Amino acid sequence: MKWMYEEMVKIRYYEDQMVEVYSEGKAPVFNIGAGTVPGEMHLAAGQEPAAVGICAHLTKDDTVTAPHRPHHHAIAKGVDLKRMTAEIFGRETGLGKGKGGHMHLFDPAVKFSCGGIVAAGLPHAVGAAMAAKMKGTDWIAVSFIGEGAANAGAFHESLNLAALWNLPLIVVVEDNAYGISVPKTSSTSVASNDMRAGAYGIAGAYVKDNDPIAMYKASEEAVSRARDGQGPTIIEIETHRYLGHFQGDPELYRDKEEVPGLRKQDPILKLKKQLQADGIADTELEEMEQLAKKAVDEAYQFARDSDFPKPEAALQDVFTSEMTKEVE
Amino acid sequence: METAKKRMLSGNKAMAEAISQEMKRDPNVFVLGEDIGVYGGIFGSTQGLMETYGPDRVLDTPISETAFIGAAIGAAAEGMRPIAELMFVDFFGVCMDQIYNHMAKIPYMSGGNVRLPMVLMTAVGGGYNDAAQHSQTLYATFAHMPGMKVVAPSTPYDLKGMMTSAIRDDNPVVFMFHKSLQGLGWMDQLDESVGSVPEEAYTVPLNEAKVVREGKDVTIVGIQMMTHYAVKAAEKLAEEGIEAEVIDLRSLAPIDKKTILASLKKTHRLLVVDEDYLSYGMTAEIAAIAAEEALYDLEAPVRRLALPDVPIPYSSPLEDFVIPGAEQIYEEVKKLLDEN
Repeated sequence: MKWMYEEMVKIRYYEDQMVEVYSEGKAPVFNIGAGTVPGEMHLAAGQEPAAVGICAHLTKDDTVTAPHRPHHHAIAKGVDLKRMTAEIFGRETGLGKGKGGHMHLFDPAVKFSCGGIVAAGLPHAVGAAMAAKMKGTDWIAVSFIGEGAANAGAFHESLNLAALWNLPLIVVVEDNAYGISVPKTSSTSVASNDMRAGAYGIAGAYVKDNDPIAMYKASEEAVSRARDGQGPTIIEIETHRYLGHFQGDPELYRDKEEVPGLRKQDPILKLKKQLQADGIADTELEEMEQLAKKAVDEAYQFARDSDFPKPEAALQDVFTSEMTKEVE
Repeated sequence: METAKKRMLSGNKAMAEAISQEMKRDPNVFVLGEDIGVYGGIFGSTQGLMETYGPDRVLDTPISETAFIGAAIGAAAEGMRPIAELMFVDFFGVCMDQIYNHMAKIPYMSGGNVRLPMVLMTAVGGGYNDAAQHSQTLYATFAHMPGMKVVAPSTPYDLKGMMTSAIRDDNPVVFMFHKSLQGLGWMDQLDESVGSVPEEAYTVPLNEAKVVREGKDVTIVGIQMMTHYAVKAAEKLAEEGIEAEVIDLRSLAPIDKKTILASLKKTHRLLVVDEDYLSYGMTAEIAAIAAEEALYDLEAPVRRLALPDVPIPYSSPLEDFVIPGAEQIYEEVKKLLDEN
C-alpha cells in the first residue's frame, strides 16, 4: 500500500507538472505544435488506481501494453522516468530518441509499450502472453484500455483468442465514462465491460469508486489466476479523468461542477487516510511524497538539459541492419 | 555437364521446406494463421509442419486477422520469430492497422529499441477467376509504407532462399507469394511453378533484383508472374533478332535501383510490367527511378504495362483482358522499339 501511495503521488505530480510544462510556449495563441512539449497531450490525473493497483503485482518480466493516455501505466510499471520525459520533450536521450513522443513510449527493459490506436495494444499483449507460455515461464501480460476500446473489433478478437488458448492475459478497462466526448451510456451496450467476460468464458471483476485498494485486491486474484495457468481476466475499474481528453479540450460535453465534485473523492487522499489509520506516521508519508516529487523534478530537468536529435537522425531506425546472431 | 541429379520442388514445398528448416534450427520460430495447421495452408506453404512440430508451434487461428497478426507483433517483441499468414492479400483491410501502424512503425518509434523479427506471408495473384476480392497483388500498397521489407519471389529456388532470409531477418518482412507459382493441384499447372531447389538451407538476399535473361536492346522489369511472361515474350522477340534483358525485381522494398540502372545503361529502353494496378504503383515507381537517374540513357519514353485501374473481373475474357500476358508484353516491346 505504501508503494501504491508513493507511485500515485508521483504520477499525479508528474501530470500536474506536465500541465504547466505543456502550456509553455503555447500562449498567447494555443498552438498544439509549439512549445516545450509539442503535439497532442493526454493526461491521466485521477486514473492512478487502475495503474498502481495491478502493477503492484507485476515484475519487470511481465508485459504491459497501454493506450494513448499512458503516463500512469508507464510510471507504475517502472519505465525509466528520465528517458520517458526526454522522449515527451522530443530529445535524443528519449526512449525512442525523439521518434515516438508521448503516445509511443517503448521501454523493453521493463517490457512496456503503448500506442495511439484504440484497442490495438490488446493483440500485442496476447502475443506477449503467447510468448510467455511458449517459453514456459510464469510471465503474464496486462493490457490497459479505455472503456471506449471495448467496442473495437480488436478487443473481441483478442479476448476470444486469449480465452481459446488459455493465455495469461489481464485486460484492465479504465472506465472514465467518456470516449473523448461520448459518454459510455451512449456507446456501450452493457453496464460494465466485466460482463463481457461471460461471452468468452473467462473471469471478470468490477472495481467501484476508483478505489486503489479494491483494485489491488481484484488484481491480486487475476494475476495469480494468470500465473497459475487459469487463463485471462477482464477487470473494469470505475475511474475519473480530471482533465480533458487532451490538453486544450474545451470539455463542452460535461458539467462544470463534475470535476470539482470528483476531486473531493480523490483516491490519493483516500489512500492517505487509510495509511494514517493503519498507523503510518505523517513524517513517513511526507518523506515518501518528497521522494516521489524529487524523482519527477529530476526527470523534467534531465529532459530540459538533453539535446534535440540531429535532424538527419530522422532517416535512421526504419530498419535494423544487423542480422540475428546465428543460432544452433 | 551436370553430374548431380537436381531435385525438383514446387513453390509451396520449397516455402514449407524453408520454414521447416528454420523451425528446426531456431526454437523461437513458429507459424500461425488460418488453416495453416492440419490443412497445411490453403496454398500449401505450411505443408507437413503440423506433423513435424505439432500444434504448439503450428497454430491454427480463428478468423481474427487483427488478433493473430497483432499477436505475432507482440510475440516478436518478446524475442520470438513468428511467421503469420494472411490467407489472401485482399483481406488486408480487416487487419491493416496492425500491419502498417504497428508492425511497420514500432521499430522506428522506439528509436530502434524494439525489433520485430517477423514474417507476414500472404498469397497474391489472379488468373484463376476468383474475382475482385481474391485476385489482387497489391504490391505497391505494402511497398509504399516504410518499415516493412516487401518481397515477391517468382521461382521455387527464390521462394525457399528468400523465406529463409525473411525468417532470419530482424525486420518485419512481408512475403508475397503468387498462387499460380505454388504448384497447386487445383490450379493451372505451370512449368514455372516447379524448379530445382537444393536440400540444404541457403539464403537469397532480400534487396537484390535478378537479371534472368541478358539482352542489349530493351530492359523489361517484371515482378513475379510477369517476369515469367516477360521471359516468354523475350523468347519470341529473340526469333526476330531483338534481345530483351529481363529483370525479376523480387524485392519491392527496399528496391534494387542499381540492377535496373545498370541494365538501362546497356539497353537504353525500358518496359515495366506489373500485375498490380497501374496508377501510383510499382510501374510508376520504376519509371520515376528511370526518369530521375537514367533519363539521358534512355532513347525512348518509358512504357508501362499493368492492370488498368479496374477491380479484377470474374469472367475469363474480362480477366484475361486486364491481366497482362506474354503477348501484350511482346507488343509493348515492339511499340517501344518503334519509337523514334
